[in-house]
Amino acid sequence: MDGQAQGSFLATLLSTEGAGEARQWLKVLRAEALERANALSVPTTRDEDWRFTDLSPLYRLSLRTPAAQATADITPHLIAEAGVTLVFVNGGFREDLSRGLAGSGLECVRLRGAFADADWISAHLGRIAAVGQDAFTAANTAAMQDALALRVPRGRRLDTPLHCLFLTIEGGVLTQPRVLLVAEPGSDAMIMEDHVGVTDAAYCTNGVVEIAVGENAEVRHVRLQREGKAAYHIGTSAAAVARDGRYRNWSVAFGARLSRHNAHVRQDGPGTHFEMDGLALLAHRQLADTHSFIDHAAPHGTSRQLHKCVVADGAHAVFNGRILVREGAQRTDSAQESRNLLLSDKAKVDTKPQLEIFADDVKCAHGATVGQLEAEEVFYLRSRGLSEPVARNLLTYAFAADIVDRIPVPSLVRVLRARIIERTGGPEIP
Amino acid sequence: MTKPEAPVLLEVQGLHASVAGVPILKGIDFTVRAGEVHAIMGPNGSGKSTFSKVLAGHPAYEITAGTARFQGQDLLALDAEERARAGFFLSFQYPIEVPGVANAQFLRLAYNTVQGARGKDELDPLEFDDFVREKMKLLEMDPAFLDRSVNAGFSGGEKKRNEILQMALLEPTLAFLDETDSGLDIDALRIVANGVNHLRSDRNAIVMVTHYQRLLNYITPDFVHVMDGGRLVKTGGKELALELEARGYDWIQKQAA
Repeated sequence: MDGQAQGSFLATLLSTEGAGEARQWLKVLRAEALERANALSVPTTRDEDWRFTDLSPLYRLSLRTPAAQATADITPHLIAEAGVTLVFVNGGFREDLSRGLAGSGLECVRLRGAFADADWISAHLGRIAAVGQDAFTAANTAAMQDALALRVPRGRRLDTPLHCLFLTIEGGVLTQPRVLLVAEPGSDAMIMEDHVGVTDAAYCTNGVVEIAVGENAEVRHVRLQREGKAAYHIGTSAAAVARDGRYRNWSVAFGARLSRHNAHVRQDGPGTHFEMDGLALLAHRQLADTHSFIDHAAPHGTSRQLHKCVVADGAHAVFNGRILVREGAQRTDSAQESRNLLLSDKAKVDTKPQLEIFADDVKCAHGATVGQLEAEEVFYLRSRGLSEPVARNLLTYAFAADIVDRIPVPSLVRVLRARIIERTGGPEIP
Repeated sequence: MTKPEAPVLLEVQGLHASVAGVPILKGIDFTVRAGEVHAIMGPNGSGKSTFSKVLAGHPAYEITAGTARFQGQDLLALDAEERARAGFFLSFQYPIEVPGVANAQFLRLAYNTVQGARGKDELDPLEFDDFVREKMKLLEMDPAFLDRSVNAGFSGGEKKRNEILQMALLEPTLAFLDETDSGLDIDALRIVANGVNHLRSDRNAIVMVTHYQRLLNYITPDFVHVMDGGRLVKTGGKELALELEARGYDWIQKQAA
């Protein structure tokens, strides 16, 4: 491993030029994160959490923090159902391109310069995505200069989904977007976190989204990773869920040369419900690594997780699904499934469920399968007249569409289905 | 129904087949003419389901000897999809689920593929919708089944009705119904059997593969065959099924031994 490359990459990650004035608590948060990031340094494959995901090509890239205000056409990336669209271009928030905030019921604070301070921000920012052992989250926090804090007020329901579009339009840049969503008690909201790249050149995104789900509130979180084909994408989405709160997440990854998604959910009170569905659709030499961590820290929590990978060519999928049931988290009911479909001899999956249980009255199930299409399924479709390639494409499509179809945004389901058809070839409807 | 002069649809001679080197079918002779209804009965593991799958073209089975001609064609030389297009149909004992693919989409894909191969007209989605809804009435199926994923979350009875719906759409010349009655309650059985009876004609034929005599109360066979140890060891009329129901298979196994 090239220590010099790592060092210079870390320096780029931590460049905080133009941070400007900030509130004291935010300065402290950043300073602590900076210290942590320097202490941890960036990971290598010698770190257990990064065994399968070699970042050394990323460290050798020469990246710059992008200058603001490039022009961008966001029309092709809009989602019809979204009421509010918040646009980030090359990591910087673009008020001029964003729309729908007025009258939406959503409060939005831009954490830049002398922003309007509030307890709901300082209580959660940097407290949900733990810096802990994660140098990238630490770096994002240390370099944070143009983050957004969003609040859904108590008892309020957002009628339409909120779309956060993170658009990267040029190569050679390092972007570190940051969003905090606070759903106050009894509120209901849907957020679509959407990472899009429109350049084929290499760049790096290191994004962090934090979500605080208040008592008896519900947040539905769609996460799309459709970065450019040479991109490096590192993203953490972390949710902390209070008593009786519900958090549902659908994550779909099909972009980037290399991507890593850390999906963390923490139970902060009894009676919570988590659902996490994931799909990685990979081809060529892509690598997608999902590390999920479901932390049951209080009684009567339920969690359901289904993660699927469809891996073609020489691509590589990694899934590490950690579920922790802490002492005292009695009557936790947790189920996790990892299902993987390999479409070529060179395709590779590393899947690892990791169940750690410290309570005695719990129901936990997990399972993992890696394989090819079932001969019985292919035969069934052929016996209905479909040729073997059509049958295989249809089954591959079905395997992936199963996840996409769960996303409660019809126009997005159509777009994602079309992407799956592009990748799998099926179903061909005459 | 049976007419000795009716054209032969299927002629199987001396058929042997094995899976993973283990012989399952050990010399089957079997002839089906147009207009006939056959029942193949037999104990578990006798080879009934294997026989259906071998004829439908399941790639896991190796044909070690024998021939099967379907309407004059060498059936065994065809791929599974070619057999379906040629008019052979198998109703599965355990139909597979295809989540993410709407039933209507799948049915139309199968229908149009087979129609195209037979040189007949394909239907666009609107035309097909009308067409399939008519066929669904036959099986007392709710049109909501068109929008649901193929067999996903269907009950046992719903899956079997969906199988017979596919039979109604693909209009096979010869249909094998593998354990179509197992797992069905009496109402579902009556509906499925009515559907099958509606599809019968003097130009096609049906072979029911079943454990139970019950189905034969609803679809009356012209011939009942008993399979044991990978061979058809006895053939009779519909009264044979009643005798099997009353006496079991032991007496036939002794006779055959």
